[in-house]
Amino acid sequence: MPTIVVDVMPKAELLDPQGKAVAGAFARLGVDEFAGVRIGKRFELAVDGDVTDEMLATAKRVAGDILSNSVIEDVVSIEVVE
Amino acid sequence: MTARIGVVTFPGSLDDGDAQRAIRIAGAEPVALWHGSHDLEGVDALVLPGGFSYGDYLRAGAIAALAPIMSEVTDAAGRGMPVLGICNGFQMLVEAHLLPGGLIRNAHQQFIRRDQRLRVESTSTAWTGDFEPGQEIVVPLKNADGGYVASEAELDRLEGEGRVAFRYVGVNPNGSLRDIAGIANERGNVVGLMPHPEHATEPGFGPDTAAAMRSGVDGLPFFTSAIAAVVAAAA
Repeated sequence: MPTIVVDVMPKAELLDPQGKAVAGAFARLGVDEFAGVRIGKRFELAVDGDVTDEMLATAKRVAGDILSNSVIEDVVSIEVVE
Repeated sequence: MTARIGVVTFPGSLDDGDAQRAIRIAGAEPVALWHGSHDLEGVDALVLPGGFSYGDYLRAGAIAALAPIMSEVTDAAGRGMPVLGICNGFQMLVEAHLLPGGLIRNAHQQFIRRDQRLRVESTSTAWTGDFEPGQEIVVPLKNADGGYVASEAELDRLEGEGRVAFRYVGVNPNGSLRDIAGIANERGNVVGLMPHPEHATEPGFGPDTAAAMRSGVDGLPFFTSAIAAVVAAAA
């Protein structure tokens, strides 16, 4: 069954306190390879049958209107996973 | 006339009862409204109370902003009805695009509860007319997602138009940009803030003051201001 996957991330210029907390945990584990951590959201929209252009257009609309808040977040990708 | 002020209860609202009580103490009639209804029952003003509506799933206030009654709330706000969003209510107002900006997780990642000092930056809104310009007040603050953010351009516009209604004084508890605690819309009828004026309206139940424990009632002028605005509009 195909799934439309929508990825949403906090805007790059805004503080991401959750990512910062995970980066702090990395430091306590002795993991120092990474310059930073940011936490986003993944939405999986289940589809019965084939994904149509209309469905993708609707997914794009809800991604912008509901799944993300453009003041604080960006929709970084919308893709179909079979 | 006795002003009738509605308080909308959502699944997960916590402070609807205290908001109704504050309205009663201020001298108006509180009217309990339900999120699933499309009926504002003829109220003169509205309060969207604090809490964790719909578990704050997705984003704080995001699902509540799509509740049935919000279409009537939006229409009423557009007509100039005084609307106050407190904490989760403020989050609903930004998610419903009735106020600009957004609210993100507190900078230190923790839920915070403290009696917070604020400065009243604007007395030309429907909810702040009974304050003195620059007056400092203390009301409770309690939230996890209270960091106010907006673009630099939006922040400049808010400041330029005098729409920053309240600013944190002493401590910025959550990383809000430019210490913003509350804002108003262009017309001044819609106000949102993270701190809780409804918890500081009755002696014995408010923040401590120099005079006596729990005697702080600095939240009362929010409600008396709205009553005055409603009465003036009806005259």
